Amino acid sequence: MTVRQSLSRWLVLGVLLVTSVYFLAPVWWLLVSSTKTNADLFSGNGFWFARFALFDNVHQVFAQQGGIYWQWLANSALYAVGGAAVSTLIAALAGYTLAKYRFRGREFTFNSVLAAVLVPQPLLAVPLYLMFSGVHLVNTYWAVLLPSMVSPFGVYLARIYAGSSVPDELIEAGRIDGAGEFRIFATIALRVMSPALVTIFLFQFVAIWTNYLLPVLMLANDRLQPVTVGIVGWQAQRGIGPSAVPFNIVITAAAISAIPLVILFLSLQRFWRAGLVAGSTK
Amino acid sequence: MTTALRGRAADRSRAAGLARPGRRRRGRPVALFLAPFLVPFAAFYLAPIGYTLYQSLFRMHRSGLGLTAPTQVFAGLSNYATALGDADFRGSLLRVLLIGLVQVPLMLLIALGLALLLDAKSTLFKRFFRLAFFLPYALPGVVGAIMWSYLVAPGLSPISAAARHLGLHLDLTSNAMLAPTIGNMLTWGWTGYNMLIIYSALQAIPAELSEAATMDGCSAFGIAWRIKVPLVRPALVLTTVFSIIGTAQLYNEPAILHNVAPNLSSTYTPIYAAYDAVNANNFNAAAAESVILALLAFVLSFGFLKLVQRKGAAL
Repeated sequence: MTVRQSLSRWLVLGVLLVTSVYFLAPVWWLLVSSTKTNADLFSGNGFWFARFALFDNVHQVFAQQGGIYWQWLANSALYAVGGAAVSTLIAALAGYTLAKYRFRGREFTFNSVLAAVLVPQPLLAVPLYLMFSGVHLVNTYWAVLLPSMVSPFGVYLARIYAGSSVPDELIEAGRIDGAGEFRIFATIALRVMSPALVTIFLFQFVAIWTNYLLPVLMLANDRLQPVTVGIVGWQAQRGIGPSAVPFNIVITAAAISAIPLVILFLSLQRFWRAGLVAGSTK
Repeated sequence: MTTALRGRAADRSRAAGLARPGRRRRGRPVALFLAPFLVPFAAFYLAPIGYTLYQSLFRMHRSGLGLTAPTQVFAGLSNYATALGDADFRGSLLRVLLIGLVQVPLMLLIALGLALLLDAKSTLFKRFFRLAFFLPYALPGVVGAIMWSYLVAPGLSPISAAARHLGLHLDLTSNAMLAPTIGNMLTWGWTGYNMLIIYSALQAIPAELSEAATMDGCSAFGIAWRIKVPLVRPALVLTTVFSIIGTAQLYNEPAILHNVAPNLSSTYTPIYAAYDAVNANNFNAAAAESVILALLAFVLSFGFLKLVQRKGAAL
């Protein structure tokens, strides 16, 4: 290796290191801060440990407001698992149908679904709120669950994947064996499509778990709220008074709520890449 | 499912069967298979859009004394005129436009640069860096926003504390710093996501192309600029369009920043302004503002697509 090559190699490494500090330092601050007492947050080096109070903080998070944090985590799990499971199944069925059946209006249907991916989601939240309050769905689990069951991106992904990976011969073979159309989908196509299903589930799970706007509009009752809405509610109750929530509780609660997602990301990296690649070849 | 729906489904599947002559006649359950998606899609995507358009053309008429219930009257385009005449709303549009003009190109340049560095053959610790850059995206947006709100909050901010050590006064939540602070939150949160999209596209380029160019004496920089960047154009276009739409719907970051920066106005971004109108029970105004914002996002992203398509054809 020449001097120039090794020099540029070190330069590249230096640039990457500095950038990774920018991306990692705030998360490091969050982790360090979740181990501090409320008083220690305001003094000393923000990026280094003080008195270790992580367990006390965690205990306080789960004790605050009668242990409502458990409820929030459970709600988030319910919305994310329920919404993602249903949306994955119906997106798989719709995507498979759009890929494997020829019918009038097929391209129109698919293009409408694609266009919907580009509609800014927050614009739908307010009219949905008004529509749902008209039918008394506001402040129920359904208010968040129902809209979460629709994933246009999932349909797009399922169609691409079904089109390229479910062979027509396999479907024909199923027909010759006398299997019904739905049975062919459920027993043959779904199995072939399973990697795409994991990707769709993952994207929708994360979209629901991190959603803030829809639930904050729909759910005034804090026992129904997901963890994102709950924490922001705590953060807003700053200052003095009996209902004020100290900073250390908000910070620790925020850190805990990110754990499920970080685990999902790290353990299922392969499926993330799959979804992003599908997006980039559009 | 209602019987009416079932009847329609049967009609359509018959039509679908006819569209494919020469096949064995059997029920083609196209409508039945699409309905589980299309029905909620229509209810939770299309209906809200229609409802917003409809509401934007009406206004509530209250009688002088307010003794009777207000009635809805047709207002034509007057809600739009009011929204566009509102200095606060215009200001919010301009603010988002400016944030987008600076932040989106900056973020995508960084994302492209990082992706190219990670794609270069000689780069070390690729796996670690890829994870490090992608980590912000793995945090829920709200958690990232809360974290940054404390990182910039007066009294709590370690950045301001470091500046104080150097004898500087730095308030990242002052009026002048709000836009850069929000731009930083967006860049931090989304660079890694965009980088991964571009990086995935880079990985799909056949290695022989770079190898051939190296043999022809092309430098690593030349390969990146002349071969790789043109080939990942679709990914760059896609990330730009997503970023434009993302910036148009800016809400979480400013709303959460407001908790530590009360000086941040409740009409800071268009969505924020529309929610403000909803809170004031003026849904008609909010609807008109939403439509204006959606149109603007559409024109910008579509205009960008047309622009690059024409340029692409000229090349």
